Formats: sequence, structure tokens, C-alpha cells
Amino acid sequence: MDFLRPASWEEALAAKAEHPTAVPIAGGTDVMVEINFDHRRPEYLMDLNRVADLTEWEVGEDTVRLGASVPYTRIMEHLRAELPGLALASHTVASPQIRNRGGVGGNLGTASPAGDAHPALLAAGAEVEAASVRGSRRIPIDAFYTGVKRNALAPDELIRAVHIRKADGPQQFSKVGTRNAMVIAVCAFGLALHPAARTVRTGIGSAAPTPVRAAGAEEFLNAALDEGGLWDNGRTVPPSVAERFAELCAAACDPIDDVRGTADYRRHAVGVMARRTLAWTWESYRGTRRTTEGAA
Amino acid sequence: MTEHSAAPAPVRTAAGPVRDAAGTGPAAIPLGAPSTLTQGAPARGGIGESTLRPDGILKVTGEFAYSSDLWHEDMLWGQILRSTVAHAEILSIDTSEALALPGVHAVLTYDDLPTGVRHYGLEIQDTPVLAHGKVRHHGEPVAVVAADHPETARRAAARIRVEYRDLPVVTDEASALAPDAPLVHEHRDDHHMRHVAHPNIVHRQPIVRGDVARARGRADVVVEGEYTFGMQDQAFLGPESGLAVPEEDGGVHLYIATQWLHSDRRQMAPVLGLPEDKVRMTLAGVGGAFGGREDLSMQIHACLLALRTGRPVKIVYNRFESFFGHVHRHPATLRYEHGATRDGKLTHVACRIVLDGGAYASASPAVVGNASSLGVGPYAVDDVEIEALALYTNNPPCGAMRGFGAVQACFAYEAQMDKLAARLGLDPVEFRRLNAMEQGTVMPTGQVVDSPAPVAELLRRVKAMPMPPERQWESSEGADVRRLPGGLSNTTHGEDVVRGVGYAVGIKNVGFSEGFDDYSTARVRMEVAGGRPVASVHTAMAEVGQGGVTVHAQIARTELGIGQVTIHPADTRVGSAGSTSASRQTYVTGGAVRNACELVREQVLELGRRRFGSRHPAWATAGLLLEDGKVVTDGGEVLADLVDVLGDEAVEVEEEWRHRPTEPFDPLTGRGDGHVQYTFAAHRAVVEVDTGLGLVKVIELACAQDVGKALNPLSVIGQIQGGTAQGLGVALMEEIVVDPGTAKVRNPSFTDYLIPTILDTPDIPVDVLELADEHAPYGLRGVGEAPTLSSTPAVLAAVRDATGLELNRTPVRPEHLTGTG
Amino acid sequence: MRVRLTVNGRPQEADDVWEGESLLYVLRERLGLPGSKNACEQGECGSCTVRLDGALVCACLVAAGQAEGREVVTVEGLADFARRRSRAARDGARDGEEAPHATGTPLDAARRWSAHGTQEPDETQGPGGAGSRTAGEAELAPVQQAFIDAGAVQCGFCTPGLLVAADELLEHHPDPSDADIREALSGNLCRCTGYEKIMDAVRLAAVRQSEETRP
Repeated sequence: MDFLRPASWEEALAAKAEHPTAVPIAGGTDVMVEINFDHRRPEYLMDLNRVADLTEWEVGEDTVRLGASVPYTRIMEHLRAELPGLALASHTVASPQIRNRGGVGGNLGTASPAGDAHPALLAAGAEVEAASVRGSRRIPIDAFYTGVKRNALAPDELIRAVHIRKADGPQQFSKVGTRNAMVIAVCAFGLALHPAARTVRTGIGSAAPTPVRAAGAEEFLNAALDEGGLWDNGRTVPPSVAERFAELCAAACDPIDDVRGTADYRRHAVGVMARRTLAWTWESYRGTRRTTEGAA
Repeated sequence: MTEHSAAPAPVRTAAGPVRDAAGTGPAAIPLGAPSTLTQGAPARGGIGESTLRPDGILKVTGEFAYSSDLWHEDMLWGQILRSTVAHAEILSIDTSEALALPGVHAVLTYDDLPTGVRHYGLEIQDTPVLAHGKVRHHGEPVAVVAADHPETARRAAARIRVEYRDLPVVTDEASALAPDAPLVHEHRDDHHMRHVAHPNIVHRQPIVRGDVARARGRADVVVEGEYTFGMQDQAFLGPESGLAVPEEDGGVHLYIATQWLHSDRRQMAPVLGLPEDKVRMTLAGVGGAFGGREDLSMQIHACLLALRTGRPVKIVYNRFESFFGHVHRHPATLRYEHGATRDGKLTHVACRIVLDGGAYASASPAVVGNASSLGVGPYAVDDVEIEALALYTNNPPCGAMRGFGAVQACFAYEAQMDKLAARLGLDPVEFRRLNAMEQGTVMPTGQVVDSPAPVAELLRRVKAMPMPPERQWESSEGADVRRLPGGLSNTTHGEDVVRGVGYAVGIKNVGFSEGFDDYSTARVRMEVAGGRPVASVHTAMAEVGQGGVTVHAQIARTELGIGQVTIHPADTRVGSAGSTSASRQTYVTGGAVRNACELVREQVLELGRRRFGSRHPAWATAGLLLEDGKVVTDGGEVLADLVDVLGDEAVEVEEEWRHRPTEPFDPLTGRGDGHVQYTFAAHRAVVEVDTGLGLVKVIELACAQDVGKALNPLSVIGQIQGGTAQGLGVALMEEIVVDPGTAKVRNPSFTDYLIPTILDTPDIPVDVLELADEHAPYGLRGVGEAPTLSSTPAVLAAVRDATGLELNRTPVRPEHLTGTG
Repeated sequence: MRVRLTVNGRPQEADDVWEGESLLYVLRERLGLPGSKNACEQGECGSCTVRLDGALVCACLVAAGQAEGREVVTVEGLADFARRRSRAARDGARDGEEAPHATGTPLDAARRWSAHGTQEPDETQGPGGAGSRTAGEAELAPVQQAFIDAGAVQCGFCTPGLLVAADELLEHHPDPSDADIREALSGNLCRCTGYEKIMDAVRLAAVRQSEETRP
């Protein structure tokens, strides 16, 4: 095993081009466990901790460019307003120790369906900035996950950052685990209201081979909200609509039975989380609307 | 590119650690070998006080050396190759590639074992040191490697080629006792074989008292239930580890984390082909035990490699291996029938308890004895039919864990008591109190309980504790998810959250039972050092965290009237202390220390009489005590300073001490005074359940326990709270999941075997009752296990109360609470 | 490969480090600092918790090479670390600066039992062999003393990680609520205590710390 220590992003890309099998390591949450338990013996281990750019973020007009290695702790502390869904998801990641080291790049690189960031990224809308010596490209988050622990990266590419749409409405994230802290998701759900676009986006974790959106549920809810004029009149979402939305979210799952939970439970829980997070976000949206109107 | 590692070799030779300051000392003593612990104090810190741990400073500074921290010059690392399948014939093992790897010093298989003794076991020697011809469970040791770096050892182990031919697996009662069932052990000749109906039954114990058929006729209400208890892991945090150092006389010195040094040595020596006195054992720091270190793990393997290579060998399991490296709590299926009259008196109890012992016997026979003899719980019932048995299967071997057979039974009989109370329309606590046993009650075995059994009082106390306030998760800033089911995962802000309350009480025996010669040995020495009298206590008691070392110093202070006590490291240079299990060490080794102190005191007084007897008549006539470093009369008159009495003489005593004997249970009726002492705890659980997602938050888990006499109240409460948390774990999350088709373990990691975090564990208020047992030293009652019993059923009862669901299995999972299992 | 880092204020160097080794392994096996514990090696238990450039991390998840040039504080250096912080805070306060996170106090010695490595009762010394402690280092960080006093130590295997985590909590939140304590320590498993005495210890350390820093 060789240990590569690029000092800059350019060096990292050059090294990855030279050694496409090199395994990048930043927070170490996944890679070190695999090494400690003899599940993986990469030929090259490439430390990204020295690439300072990766731990920086920029808040732009419409998006946040979040460096791949910005620790979850930082996201919780500094980006709660811009990325509320991801901040909530970050808070559910493992433990304070892990959150101090781990970042979204690791979740994306591993592309495990159980990664906590995925549902929040899917719901918010995001693009993954992948780069190689050949250049840089942006992969829409919906096209990023290609299979169980597989992603759209080419062998010579590294994740530089994620461009996430700044929240223009309430977002929520829920995750089920059989313990009150430090638990891998049995399943997870992210929901974001996008009042400007009058759309709702979702993200489901650990309930399908890849993180997925509940497209059918989104379509249904978007139509129902539109039809009822709810974005404008600020009425509550009718229970039948919330119920149907929850059902469609559950139906978007393609889960398995495993040691963490049954497929039936995952479907059920995704439905419950969908209903609750819709209620929380919509209530919050109504509250903001009232405040705004009151101020006007 | 700043730095690119130059050397391409996959593995490097480990350099010795750079340990600053300390020299490595004499060659035979490893770095981190334990040393004495001295607690100096004025003449206080006796029994009944919450003195602090003598090893506390070492433990908070990181200097306390656990077995995995040991280091020795020239030390090699051992690695075990384990079976990847549960039941298979071994067609061949090829170690040549492993041996060829640079840095590898030895690779051993069954054929390399030095003597004809190639099996070990606590009671039945059925466990092969290394697999012979076949493997019987997933993760069974097949070969061992010694190399100069752990990674080299791992690579070498990976190069050993083992050819398996799969055999059908036996995984439950049906497959174990089927007419064509494969036999887990084909040639049994142990003493239980004679009385079991099938070779796949390790041991069976019936207990019959009264006439259940007739009593059933008196019952107005009969309830039945079948209950399942999952496989729990001890999950001690310090992984199995130790360091074996070869000695010049051909022997070996093993520094080891264990529960019972002498039992280990008894099993090890014949396999190593050494007399016991050439197998020296020293207790290294132990990172928890809870039963999981009662059996051997890497002891023999490390010694074999050390003897073979002539170099010190250290073996440290990682967490994955730890799940295969020790026995677990027996999973169980329990069928119960309870009857009662309309006015709430139990008429009868009938039950059948099937424990899965896994591939090797370990402590299964004794677990069967406990499950059966304590199977009715702390209730007075005259008509009882109990049957308990343990199976041999190809599942992971099961044996000792805190609560030892009584835990599984308590979960089931307490569920039954709630069911019965509900059917009778009685309050569950009142119904229990109506049937609570007391001093004088006759156990199903016929044994009369001859010390306080305050079962009703414990229930009364736990019920009387103030209730935690409702909706504590509400705050001015909205819901505090940390206080809600789901915790930080943000799953509910109060939706579908329902509170429930449940009660349970349990009975556990203390000490080894069924006629076992249960004793301990203590060596106590008193002398003058630095101008004051000091005592040292030397036992082989395994301090695994329980605080035995604290208590030994307290006993010495109380008995010898001096402040400064030195605790000698536990080793085999002193006689056996028995196991740190069965809630027995404070009773038995504490008893041995007290006994030795009394003998020392007598000798000191004798010395005083010889030296000063002529100066004062009270030496001959008065009752004499040792207090504050002086000999005083029972009237308080000071006769002499201990410094003067002792002069330059040292008084030393080593004595064995036994509690009163017990009897084996009759193999057909179960009759016999099988237990030394009984101990009781009761719990009240308050939970909040998110019924939508099936997630549970335990709000409070209050406990009342009778401890006879709290020698160290702080430690007693710590034991009760720790035991309570382990019971909570198996109620809600802890289970080793074994695939029923392959008998392979599916979750051997802390990622998927979940133990409670600090956010899962509630406030645990404890009410300690002290009703002395006149038969026990200081009236004490063993503390460690009882709280683990009643905690689980109390939590389950509270969840039932919240949800209205029946819930016949533990751990209860979200699936079970949402109908999606 | 060679790894150079600063541990507990002292420059350290380890040679022939295998690239797959963790910081935990290097600390324990190469630098003679086994205080950080190896309970799970998968970031689930927190018993290997150390400070890495100030941040609370699991040493088992840091590749040795990633620690190159970094500053590490382990439980062995915690007392000293707390003392320096306390001194810095006091000095800062004298300079008119705010010193809100001061910890490290002369401690309630009356309740302290001494543990000795030799038969000599009055020498404060580590256990035979390890003897890196000197009498001057007997001073403990407030959290260390509180863990002993509150009965938060049983087997002690989780203790080093918990101490480093609890110390970091009190550094940033001198007066944490119970829920804050539970959240901050949720990455540290303990199997012996049921956590109640650990809660007591952190509360105790917080109180003592605030008493010490009160003007």
C-alpha cells in the first residue's frame, strides 16, 4: 500500500489520473473501517485532508458550493439557514467525533443507500462537481447514484464539491434507526418545499438499491397543492392528500429485508416520515407566510 | 505531490514502540504488567463507606494497562483463522503459503498440538483448541499464526487454504431433535449424556413440586404464552486479548483478561503439556466481562505460539472477532402456563424452557439449573412443573452472561404475571404482591428460603417512587428531539407518542450452586512499613470493573483497624478465588478476605499478648479490637500501638474460605437445596413509544433492590444502574442475529449489534434496601445480576402498556410495534 | 513510511509505519501511549477519542499518514492540556480578555486516593514499567477527578475516550444541560455504568469548573 499526500487539488487530480485505483480518504469513516477489518487493501491510499479547498464553502446567489470535505459539524453550525435539510441530516450522522471529520464527499463517494446526506441532497436539488485532469463537470444528483454503492464518477475523477440549491422554503429530514443516537439508517426521508418553483422534492435513503426520489409522490403533491391553490391560500394540506402522498412515497421504495429492518417496515416508515415531514414543513411554510403577510 | 511513500512492500516489519521514559525492565516482565495498588487513608474507608477505586487514577490518566495494552520486547502478534461456515467437514488445510510469508514465525493447526489433550471446556471438555476434522459453528478457530506485525499475521491467515465440505446445520429444537438430525457431537461421554433423551440435548433438568394437574382444577383463570428471548452479547468494551511470555524453565507466563485465572489454567495446562505450576497467570487489566470471559478465548492459542516460537506473543481480537471469540447469552423459547384463583392467588405454574447452547457446552448445564430452579420467579406457588433443557446446535456457543438463565425466565414469567393480572382485573403490582415470596417460602426445589426475601416491599418501593413528569420533550423552542423516541434522528415532534408504565421483579441466586465446591482464597499480610502498620491483600480475584479491589481494601481496614492497604495484582501465586461471576465475589472472596483478616488479627493479638500481655491485665481478659492502628479493648482503652506490637515481624495468612455447601438437584424431581443465597430486584419502567414508527424512548427505569449490606454504596448503585442498562439493551435493541438457513452470524459488529448509548439510557433512580442475610459476610447479598433480570420485562411491560400489543419476544423491534415484521 | 506528529505537546516520530495503520495503532503500539482504547476500531464506540488539531475525533478512523504534522491530545496528556488551557484563560483574563472556558483547578485533594506503582506508599508513580508519571503530574483535569469522585469508572475501558469528549464539551459549554451532555457523549459507549454516574461526573466537573472561574 502506498500513501499519497497531495498538497493541492491539482496534485490530487494528477495522482488520481496516474493511479486510478487510488482510494481517496478524508474523514476515514468508511475507508478506515474497511482497512481495520481487512475488507479492503487498496494499492494507494490518497489523503485529501491536505487539500484545503475541500473544506471551504461559498454561499452564492442561488446555491451553496460545499467543499467535499466540509465536516458535518460545520454544516450544522454554519449552513442551517441555507441548507436546513442537509443540516438536519448532518446532525443525525453517527457521533460528534464522526461529524467532525466526515463530509458529504465521503457519502457521495461511497454511495451507500444508507448515507445520511443523500435524501437531503435529493430533496434540496444538487449537482456534484466532479473533476479530473481532463476537466471538471457537474453531475445532477438525480443521475449520480447508479447502483448499490456505485456512482457516476469516472475512475480518474474526484469529488470537488456539491452545489446545493439554497433553501427558499422549509426543509426537513427524518431517519429511522433502532437507537436514539449513533445509528445507521434503517431508512431515511428528506423533504424540501420550493415555494419559488412551487414544487416539492423528496429523497429516500436506505429503502432502495440507491438513494431515490419519490417522483410519483412529488408529482401528485405538486398537482394537489396547485389545484387547491395551497401555495397561495396557505391552507393546510388536506389529510387525504397527505395520506396519498405518504402512500406514494412508500410505493417509491424498493427495499430489502436485512439485519437492520424488514422491507415492509421500511416502506411503512417512509410513509410515516413522509406524512410527518410534510406536516412540519407545510406548517412552517404557512407560519412564514403569515409572518410575511403580517409584516406587509 | 508532496510526499509519496517510497517503499512498495505491502507489509513492513514492525518497529518496536518508542516508549519514552520507562525502561523495559527485566526481560520477562512486559510493559504494562500490573502492579500493586495502594490506598492510603486515615483509619476510615471501611465497609459501608463509598470509598473510591484504588485504580481510579490509573484509569482516568490512561495508565491502567489492559490486556491489549501490554507490550514486550521482541513480541510477536498472533492471529486466529476462523471458519467461514457453521458446520462442515474439513477436507484439507494447507498452511504452506502462510508459512512462506516473510515475518511469519509459526502457523499451527490441530495436528501441531503438543499433547493428546486437545479439547477444553468449563464442565464438559468438548471444545477443540483448533478444529479437528470438522467445524461446528461459524467462526470456530481453525489455525493460528504468529508474525511480527498484526497485518503480516492477518495476511498469513488469509493465505491458509481450508477446504470445507458443508454439512447440514442444526439450528433449533425441531432440527436438533428430528429423527434424522445430524449429531453436533457424535461421541459424547460426558455425565449428562446418561440422562438426556437425545445426544443433541446438553442437559435437561425437570423440577416437580405438588400436583399441577390437581391445582389446575382450582384455577379460575389460566393463561398460557410462548416467549422468545434473543441472543445477547456481553459486548464488554475491552476485546479479548493477552500476552504469553515463554519462560526459561520451559513454562509460560500469561498476562490475561479473564474472570477466573485458576479455571483458565486448569483447562490450559494439559493442552500445553505443562504441569500447572509452569503455567503462570497474571490478571492484566480487564475491560468488562459480564460472563463473556468465563470461558477460554485466546489463552491457549497465545501460549502455544509463545512456546513454539520462543517469543512473547500477543493476541488482540478486534470487535468482529470478539463476537466469535466468546460465548453469548442463550437464546430461549419459553412456554408457560399460569393459573390463579379469582381472588388473585397463583394456583400453579408449568413451564418448558428450551435454551440454545450452540455448538459447545460451555456453562449450559449450569444455565439449565438456574433457568429451571428460578423458573417460577419470586413467587410462592406450591404446584409446579418445570422443565429446562439446553440444546447442542450449530449456532454460536452460548454460556455465561450476567443473570445466567434467570434472565430469560424472568422475561417470560413476568409477562405471564401481567397477563394474569389483566385477566383477573387486578393491578399488576398488587397481584405480584399477593403472591410474593418471603422468608420461609419453599422454592420449587424444596429449598426453604432462610433469609429475608422482601419481594413485596421492593415492589411497593418502586411503585412509590415519584413519576417522571409527562411530555418532558416540550420546550419553549418546540420539541427537543433528544428527549423523544428516535432521538437525534428527528422522527417525531410528539406525533403518535404514547406513554406506558410497566413493572417487574426477579429472583437470582448468588454463588455457584448445585453442590459445586465454591470457595475463595485470600492472603493477607500485616507489617510495619514507613513507620506505620500496613496491610496487603493478595487474591486471585479477577477485577473486571466491579470494584472488588475497592471492597477488599475496605474489609481490611474494617477488620484490621488500619488505613493503608495494598492490593496485590491477581495471579496464580495465590490460591483460586473462583470466578468473578454469579454475583459472588464480594460474598466469597470478600468473605475470604475477611476471614484471613480475622486470622491475622488473632495472630497480631497473640503477638501483642506475648510482648505486652504482662503489662496490662486487659490483654488476657478483655475483648480486643484493632482500631486506628492500635489495639484497644472493647471498652475503648488503648493497650498498644500496632507498630510496637508488630515490630519488625510480619503476620501473614493464606486461607481458603467457603460458603455453606449446596446440593445437586435431583435429576428427576429437581429437589435439593441447590442455592446459597437468593437476591431480588424490582423495576418500574416508564417509556414513551412512537406508535407510528415503533420507536421507544425509555424515560425512566427505577429500581429497588435488597443488597443485604452495601459494603460500598457508590459501587452498589453503579452495579445496579449498569445491570439495568444491559437489561434495557436486550429489551429494545440487542440481538445477535443468526441466519436460520446457514447458522452464520449476520451482525458481528458494533454497527449492527447495538448497545444503548447515553441517549438511550434514562435516569435510573435506585432505592437500596439493606436487610441482612445472617449467613453471609456482613449480611451482604450479591448485587451484580439481579438488576439485569427485571429491567427487561419491566421495559417490555411498559411498551405493552403503551401499545396494547402482546409482544412475546425480546428484543422488541420497530417491526413488532408496527405490524411490519 | 515515517510519520511525524505532536502528541501531548511533544514532537514524536514513528518509522516503518504501514500505510494502513490508524493513528490509534501508532499511538498505542509505536508511541507507547495505549491510553486511547481499541474497543471497536470502527468509530462506533468512541473509546479511542482524541483531539486532532483540537477537534474531537476517533483515532481509529484517522489513517496514520493523515496525522502527519498534526497536533494530537490523548488522555495521557489531558491533565496537562486542561492545565495549559486554564492557565491561558487566566492569563487572558488578566489581560482583560474574556476567559469563559477556563478549566483545570487545584482539586479537592482530600477525597483523592493515591495509587502507587511501588511498595513505597508516598511516592506517586505509575505502575511498574509504564512509570511515565511523575509527582508533578498527579494533578488531574477536572473531568478526570470528577469521574473518580462520582463513581463513573468501573472497568474503565470507555473512560479515556469519555474524558476527552467530556473535557471538550466543558471547554465549549461550561454549563451544559443534561440533554446537552447526553448529546455530546452519544458517540461514547459504556457497558458498565448505565451512564448515570458519567452524567453525575460531568455535572460535577461543570460545577467545580464554574466555582473555580467565578470571580
